[in-house]
Amino acid sequence: MAKKNPKISRALAKNIRRNFVERLIEIALMLSGLIAVLITFGIVFILVTESLPFFEAVSLKEFLTSTVWTPNFEKKNYGILPLVSGTLTITGIALIVAVPLGTITAVYLSEFASHKIRETIKPVLELLVGVPTVVFGYFALLLVTPILQKIYPDLPTFNMLGPGIVMGVMIVPYIASVAEDAMRAVPMSMREGAYAMGATRFQTAVSVVMPAATSGIVAAYILAVSRGIGETMIVAIAAGQQPNFTFNPVESAATITAYIVSVALGDLEHGGIGYQSIFAAGIVLFIMTLSLNILGQWTRKKFTERY
Amino acid sequence: MSKIIGHEDNLNAIRVLIKKHKKNDRIFSYIGLFVIGSLAIALLVLFLDLVIDGYPKMNLEFFSNFPSRKPEGAGILSAWVGSALVLIVTFFVAVPMGVASGIYLEEYAKKGWFADLIEINVANLAGVPSIIYGLLALGLFVYEFGLGQSILTAGLTLSLLMLPIVIVATREAIRAIPVHIREAAYAVGATKWQVTLHHVLQYAMGGVLTGIIIGMARAIGETAPVITIGALTFIAFLPPTPVTDVAPFINFAWLEAGFTVLPIQMFNWISRPEHAFHINAAATGAVIIILTLLMNGIAIKLRYSIRKKIKW
Amino acid sequence: MALLLNFVIVFVKKLNGNPRNKIIMARKEILKAESKNFNFHYADGTHALKDINIPLYEKKITALIGPSGCGKSTFLRSFNRMHDLYAGNKYDGEIILHPDDTNILDKKVDPIEVRMRISMVFQKPNPFPKSIYENVAYGLRVRGEHNKRLLDDKVEEALKGASLWNEVKDRLQDLAYNLSGGQQQRLCIARALATDPEIMLFDEPTSALDPIATVNIEELMSELKKKLTILIVTHNMQQAARISDYTAYMYLGEMIEFDETDIIFTKPSKKATEDYITGKFG
Repeated sequence: MAKKNPKISRALAKNIRRNFVERLIEIALMLSGLIAVLITFGIVFILVTESLPFFEAVSLKEFLTSTVWTPNFEKKNYGILPLVSGTLTITGIALIVAVPLGTITAVYLSEFASHKIRETIKPVLELLVGVPTVVFGYFALLLVTPILQKIYPDLPTFNMLGPGIVMGVMIVPYIASVAEDAMRAVPMSMREGAYAMGATRFQTAVSVVMPAATSGIVAAYILAVSRGIGETMIVAIAAGQQPNFTFNPVESAATITAYIVSVALGDLEHGGIGYQSIFAAGIVLFIMTLSLNILGQWTRKKFTERY
Repeated sequence: MSKIIGHEDNLNAIRVLIKKHKKNDRIFSYIGLFVIGSLAIALLVLFLDLVIDGYPKMNLEFFSNFPSRKPEGAGILSAWVGSALVLIVTFFVAVPMGVASGIYLEEYAKKGWFADLIEINVANLAGVPSIIYGLLALGLFVYEFGLGQSILTAGLTLSLLMLPIVIVATREAIRAIPVHIREAAYAVGATKWQVTLHHVLQYAMGGVLTGIIIGMARAIGETAPVITIGALTFIAFLPPTPVTDVAPFINFAWLEAGFTVLPIQMFNWISRPEHAFHINAAATGAVIIILTLLMNGIAIKLRYSIRKKIKW
Repeated sequence: MALLLNFVIVFVKKLNGNPRNKIIMARKEILKAESKNFNFHYADGTHALKDINIPLYEKKITALIGPSGCGKSTFLRSFNRMHDLYAGNKYDGEIILHPDDTNILDKKVDPIEVRMRISMVFQKPNPFPKSIYENVAYGLRVRGEHNKRLLDDKVEEALKGASLWNEVKDRLQDLAYNLSGGQQQRLCIARALATDPEIMLFDEPTSALDPIATVNIEELMSELKKKLTILIVTHNMQQAARISDYTAYMYLGEMIEFDETDIIFTKPSKKATEDYITGKFG
């Protein structure tokens, strides 16, 4: 056996140490990567375990079919439907506002605006996304509702119309941004095909670009619904916190999120049925938004695969 | 089939038609500009309304007074101190974790079910309503871990919200760095971590920073999850100071203190029936919106300047 | 003799005065369009085309050949003002469309009007994400045509004209993406044909297709020239030799030589053309 070269063995030892450190770092990074998975599991775990006692006390049938939600009354009722109806009504109003405005904005930015105009407008939309929802809630209650009351004097201070409209304005940039991405992903060759036939900008946008980007645009709407359902502060401030099984926008009603806030604001008795009920409501909210998000991302992905 | 016969008539018919169709183009242009203009105006009205409504309260006392039963003397001292302390926690938790996560996904993770699993989770977490994070924090941090309704709990909660934003920004910034830069570093004998630390992370720093600023801006304005963990709405004291004059000069007692934050203070004042409190709410809103718009503005500016400056 | 020649010249000039009988002296062809001193600059400042003068003769196929990047596609796309879609492109000179002597590059002339008269088939088939029927009917719909009977007739006629009718007549409502590449390209030809264009532009229409589909398209073009004027950009010199009547050789943004195809391919007058044709270069 040849004599060991001390220089080489030193280098070798250094290599081993270095590889060890590298491995350690990789494991640390992987653990950080896992945090996202852990959070998801944490959410599911907490929602299920904290609401299990609730579902032992309240049957699933009552929870899903009863139209009365009065956890704080003498005679307690736990039917989630009034909270769902409030959530859906406000989200519906928001969509009526946001879908046309968001789509028009997206079409304009993607097909009509010059590069310069687009670069000016997009930051404004991004700023709008950055406005905290508690500020939007202030406007719904103290600016929009009073204006609506001038038109329709019977409108109560807490109603679903005002916050719905404000939520719509809040959602516009989301729809515009996702839908614009989808339209800009339509290959230029397809637009050229239409222009070469003598189509105008509007004709090209409506009859070629939008159909080609349909799934991306639909994904934008789906993600917007999810955002509306999960929105909390606007509705907690301006729609009222009284559960009300109605789809009438000029009435006051609580959403799932507003209910959670109203309970959290009061004295929470850990382990009490009030405490458990917000986790039960949370499960419903989580399932609704999660399935919409998965559906939205799936639709969006289906679109990107095509080109 | 070329239209030699009746050629002029044909051309005229085409011209009339084009004129008609072009009208739609023009009309849509106006509609588009109108819609976008309205959105910009809405943003402006939002901002001005808060500033004008809150103007009477915009003085130093407002920042140095505690909230009070009397609207005139009430201020946001405990709220802005609370916000600042909560953000410190959020920053120190979300940034290292988010950046590490982003690095792992882009530089280390091999394609496969494991990377997919993480990816799907990050994408979905970004879409989870903030109040759900509040419920998670209530069940896990407040009761399971026994951290109580403290600044630490709030900071951790908001870091959960900020995490997906930082991860996504880190990944996008890293993805923009071309392979040949990494190859150049490997070619001189750098290890993977050296390449990552000395090159990838350095060049991605601008993009990462953008994500951090946007995430922090969002954390400042987040209300629902902080309410859900049971933050108090009326706080007339300050938490222990983080910096002391005796060694070791830093103490962590403030982490366990009760607190309130700016958006909760605003929410609390909006919910009062008296108009005078609404003025306080507007002033607080103005503070919040100036902070968030400023931070978002810096982030947007930063992103544009990076995009302009770096041409690989 | 001189008198006789003079007489002929006068006669020709007289004919030229009447737009419907525009005649170029040397060849007994009707002039359909001509570019005059056409220059083109891209947004980045590249001078892509320099003083291009090329005539297109009625019901003839004119081929543009030359190495990649010589500007032939850029020239072709000028004929229906495709460049107007992208900001920063600059061009000057004229492209005159006969018989009405319109300069289609004139800023006062609406590009949409030009595109309605001159249709285009692209390098890669680019059908719309619509049914076969709607793809072909698109140009007519853009022109505001709603009459179902007329649309049906025109779609059938165009699909027959593009030799696609027999393959698709039973599935007109299928999505155009379900067709093969060659069928998609013929669909795009049918789409361009349905509006009775005066000129059809082909931008390397067979470069993305297999040999059999290529033969189909070439036969189709020879058929089409009975009805309209064709300008084609091609990479494939054999294709130019097979189907075109006139050929222009372009190099680095300049038109080196233009002549009847037979002459270009047998006895070109420029050395550069000969080198390219014989494969010494290119």
